[in-house]
This record gives sequence, C-alpha cells and structure tokens, in this order.
Amino acid sequence: MFDWRWDFTWDILPRLIAATGNTLLAAGLGYAIAVVLGLALALAQRTPSRALTLVVREAIEFIRSTPLVLQIFFVFYVGPQFGLRLSPWTAGMIAIGLHYAAYLSEVYRGGLDSVPKGQWEAATSLNLSTSRTYFRVILPQALPPSLAGMGNYLVGIFKDTPMLSVIGVAELMHTANAIGSETYRFLEPFTLVGIIFLALSLPTAAGIRLFEAWVRRKLGMV
Amino acid sequence: MDAQDLSGFPLRLEGDAVPMVSFRKVTKSYGSLVVLDSLDLDVAEGEMVSVIGPSGSGKTTVLRMLMTLETINGGVIYVDGEPLTHMPRGDRLVPADSRHLRRIRAKIGMCFQQFNLFPHMTALENCMEGPVHVLGLSKKEARERSEELLAMVGMTEKRDQHPSRLSGGQQQRVAIARAMAMRPKVMLFDEVTSALDPEVIGEVTNVIRKLVAEHNLTMLMVTHQMGFAKDISDRVCFFYGGRIEEQGTPDALFGHPKRERTQQFLSAVREAI
Repeated sequence: MFDWRWDFTWDILPRLIAATGNTLLAAGLGYAIAVVLGLALALAQRTPSRALTLVVREAIEFIRSTPLVLQIFFVFYVGPQFGLRLSPWTAGMIAIGLHYAAYLSEVYRGGLDSVPKGQWEAATSLNLSTSRTYFRVILPQALPPSLAGMGNYLVGIFKDTPMLSVIGVAELMHTANAIGSETYRFLEPFTLVGIIFLALSLPTAAGIRLFEAWVRRKLGMV
Repeated sequence: MDAQDLSGFPLRLEGDAVPMVSFRKVTKSYGSLVVLDSLDLDVAEGEMVSVIGPSGSGKTTVLRMLMTLETINGGVIYVDGEPLTHMPRGDRLVPADSRHLRRIRAKIGMCFQQFNLFPHMTALENCMEGPVHVLGLSKKEARERSEELLAMVGMTEKRDQHPSRLSGGQQQRVAIARAMAMRPKVMLFDEVTSALDPEVIGEVTNVIRKLVAEHNLTMLMVTHQMGFAKDISDRVCFFYGGRIEEQGTPDALFGHPKRERTQQFLSAVREAI
C-alpha cells in the first residue's frame, strides 16, 4: 500500500528546502507588515475621532469575516481593474499582511485595555505628552499580555503561507504541487511539506514562550 | 464642556493676594448626577488644605479636576492666577486647548491612592522620566534631582528596584518623590494612605509632614486620617453632597463643628476608631 521512494525523496528535498526559504520570507514579511499595521489600527481606534474609530472597526470586522484566500484573489485579480497591477509577491504580502494586521490589532487592543487607568492618570500628572505616554508608559505594559496572542498569529501566518500558492508565489506548497504535477508523485512532496512545517512550527511556539518570559523579566514584571 | 456664559470670569486673577488655586463656581456632573455643585474654593500659596467627607461627597473629584483628569461642566479653575480649564482669547475665556492645559498643568503634581508607579521602571527611572522627557533635563541632572528626592523619602537603597519589589508604603514614598521631581507649585494627595497597611501609614505621613515643613508647597489633601489632617492642615474643608458644608481651622472644625452634618460625620468617624 505504501509506495514510498527514498531516492525520489532525496531528489526533491533540495528543491523543497529552497522553497522553504520563500515560505519563511513570505511569513516574515507578512508578519512584519501585520505587526506594524496592526498597531496602527489599534491606536487609530483610540483617537478622539469617532468617525475614524468607526471606519477602522468596520474594516477590521470585514477583513476578519472574509476568507484570506478571497482577499488574496481580490488584491491580485481585482486590483488591476483599479489600476493596481501587482506581482504575486507584492499582492500576496499586502493581502496576508492586512489580514493578520486585523487580527493583531485585536490582540493589541486587549493588551492596551489591560493597562490600568491609573497609569494614564500618572502619565497625565507628570505632564507626559500623548506620544511619550504611549511609547514609554502604555505600550511597554501592553506588550507582555499581547505576546502570547502575537506568537499564535506568527505560527498562524506561517501556516497560511500556502494560500499564496493560488496566485503563483513559489513557496513550499506551490513547489510541492509543481513536483507532483511533473512526476505524478504526491506522497513524498506533500509529506515532506508537512514535516517541514511541523519542524518549524514547534520550535517557534516554544521560542515564543521563552521570549515572553524573558520580556516579562526584562520589564521587571515578575 | 457645556456652552456657558463666562463673561463674569476674569481672564486672570490679579491683585495682592492671588490664591494659588481658585475654584470659581465649578460644577461637575455625570448625566443628571451632580457631583460638585457650584464650588467656590481658594487655596493660598503655601497653604495646606485637607478635604474630608463621606464617600460620594465629591472630595476626590476636586483633586481630579485640578489635575485635569476630569473635565468640568461649569465655572473656571485658576492656578497661580491663570485659568487652567480655559484660556483667554481676545477679551474672553474659551475652553483650554491641550497646549494650554500642558503649560498650566506643569504647576501641579499628584499622588494617588494606588500609587500608580510605572511597573516596568525602577524607582529611580520612575522619578527621572518626567524631568528628562517633559522638563528636558539632562540625564545627569535628572538623576541628581531624583536621587536627592529619593533620599528625602528614605528610598535611596531601593532606588534600583522595580515597584513589584516594594511594599505599598515604599511605593507611595517613591510616588511622592516622582511627583516632587517635577517641581510643582501645587501638590495633590488623593487618599495616599488608604491602600496601605496600618503599620506603614506613618512612613508616608512623615514624608508629607517633611514636605510641609521644608517646602513652600501649596497642598490639597483628601484623607480619611482625621488625626493627621488635624495635625498638619492650615484649613480643613468638610464636603457633603457636592458642596463645602463647613470649613475652618483644624481646631475649629474638629473641636467645635458648627453644622449638624459635620458633627454627625466626625462622631461616626470617631466611633469607627
């Protein structure tokens, strides 16, 4: 029943490992966009402007309520109709970055809400400016409770990179599929893809937990 | 802030004895609940005023409005002769913008019931934050100033500890040093001993005594420590139902309260001890 061929496995492994680089690059770039944009989305909901808050909230709801793969298709295939002609990589990064920014903004929002009101009041009583208050007082305290959620989404974005294969980004899944189409053998490439994902996800999750503990120690919170 | 006619309020207070803090017909309400009802209260430079009263009487709100943690619904607050909640535009007062608020607020410092130290900074860093990032002092100057103040509150040895390693009394002493590092003209103490264990209250009240003795600060203190208020205050205000029910020297107010509500409150407090 099992027809596992080791010679074939060793043949395709270098190609898959090369594609893993693209997967990591896509996850890393997408996550970097999401981390920064997500913070902007979270902070935008805290400005005095009601209208801005409402628009941002609705946008986040919209992104969270529709599938990622639809958003990827939308940016790549519908974008050109609005004069937005993007390479698969650029379109993919925008779509996945935006998607995870929406989720991360909710993580940040929870972290920001967890900072006691008294911290804001102390900052006001010391006459700190709004930006100082955020960057010196509030965000350092909002970070530790956000780290677990941020870590989950880092693993999440990594596991979602195969969706980029639908618009032709040559990441792991795309490469495995290509190997399958060329050779009519799917068992080895897809099994290897699974193993590679597992081998990268598990240590990442563990690393995040260590990082979280380190940050809490660093900030004097234990 | 509600639109109101401010034509009767001066653009600034002038004359021989301008109070350091002046509440003029100040009103605060949450919806239909009136917390402070047309409050008039002057505090002279260097004066120590204690505010006592039952919970819900609006006493903490007085301090929070002065620290601009609460907006006001009517009237004007003046600090050092200048309006705090408003600013002059032409020949009339308009609600203050954030720049004006920051400028006037710099004269005021506050200590809180829950200390509110920044937990990710050491005691020393807590004290240096404002002087460096608001007053623009060099790190060296800010450190010298902060170390001096931490010495005054007896926290030199703990200056490199984070707040989580300090007792409540120690945290409150650091909080006093932190507020003082901004060199305010007015200090506000909002129930600063209420969250403390009885045996450490003295270490905080002693620091406040020291401030009264050694600095020409104007102070407003909300407290439940009647004995301390009696010892240290120039004047005591008894709040009831959003108004000053009675005020006077500590001897007069605690010794011979004139109003029935004051008598009731003080006897209830004495029974509790």
